[in-house]
Amino acid sequence: MSLVTILLVAGALIGIGVWGALAQQSFVMLMMGIELVVNGVILAAAGFWAETGAGGPKGQVLVIVAMAVMAVEMAIGFALVAAVYRARQADMTEGIGSLRG
Amino acid sequence: MIDVAFVVFSLTAVVSGYLVFRVDSMIRASFLLLASFLNVGAVLVLLLAEYLGTALLFMMTVEMIVMALFMVMFMMNPAGLNPMSMVHQPRVAAVAGVVAAGGIWAVALFAEFPDAPVVDADQAVRDLGFELLGQSMLVFESAGVTLLATMVCAVVLSAARGRYGDGYEGSVAPPLDPGGDHRPEDDLVDDDAAGDHHHGHGGM
Repeated sequence: MSLVTILLVAGALIGIGVWGALAQQSFVMLMMGIELVVNGVILAAAGFWAETGAGGPKGQVLVIVAMAVMAVEMAIGFALVAAVYRARQADMTEGIGSLRG
Repeated sequence: MIDVAFVVFSLTAVVSGYLVFRVDSMIRASFLLLASFLNVGAVLVLLLAEYLGTALLFMMTVEMIVMALFMVMFMMNPAGLNPMSMVHQPRVAAVAGVVAAGGIWAVALFAEFPDAPVVDADQAVRDLGFELLGQSMLVFESAGVTLLATMVCAVVLSAARGRYGDGYEGSVAPPLDPGGDHRPEDDLVDDDAAGDHHHGHGGM
């Protein structure tokens, strides 16, 4: 377990997340891709903290920010999905070709 | 021992993360995503980020249960009884994913990093506590207020009742004259037809 292997794993998670977020049509699956990207970011940041920071606490604060971002993304994302579905009956990205209310 | 655990946890995290987009049921997908998060949390504990790893475990368990509820709401293929593939632009997406991963792999393999590992996990957790309630309190508090604002926004966005009425017409401002279900589109029609023709809105 070294920083290189941690970053390799984090890169794999981020790559899978980008692929999923771009390829999936369903909003909910799209958000799962974004979650996976943030998952990789958390792993990479924690890896940097653990291997290069000599135990300083600032790196962990960055991870906490990333976790807060993930929670916000989840909550707002699902609220938007619910609002879009109510207005347009759409749950796929193709369903909202335009943003007209 | 730690290396073996790291390999097991990280491989499980990556494989279950991949399977999220390969299984035929959204419920399975959300629980596979949960598995990915739990394994990353375990890796964080191995990295001596014990507080963060544990927090990630608890947070993600709850979050993925909520996600599973949404999956049931928006699921077109319950229980994975049929093959499910809902993808667009698959080749572009695959290339973008490989490029993203490749960039990080290149940094991992070719960059020089300082070598200053954490030694004392207990001290690290204690330092984090003092940091969050000391130097980095602004960050900590901002995250808390942001989460509060998120709760309000999520309720407002998803509420069936919009600002001006129910969700279907919640984005339309109410008429200026009292009474009547006047909508902005009516104005356009009026302008086109008879300019000074007066409608009987407002009980005239």
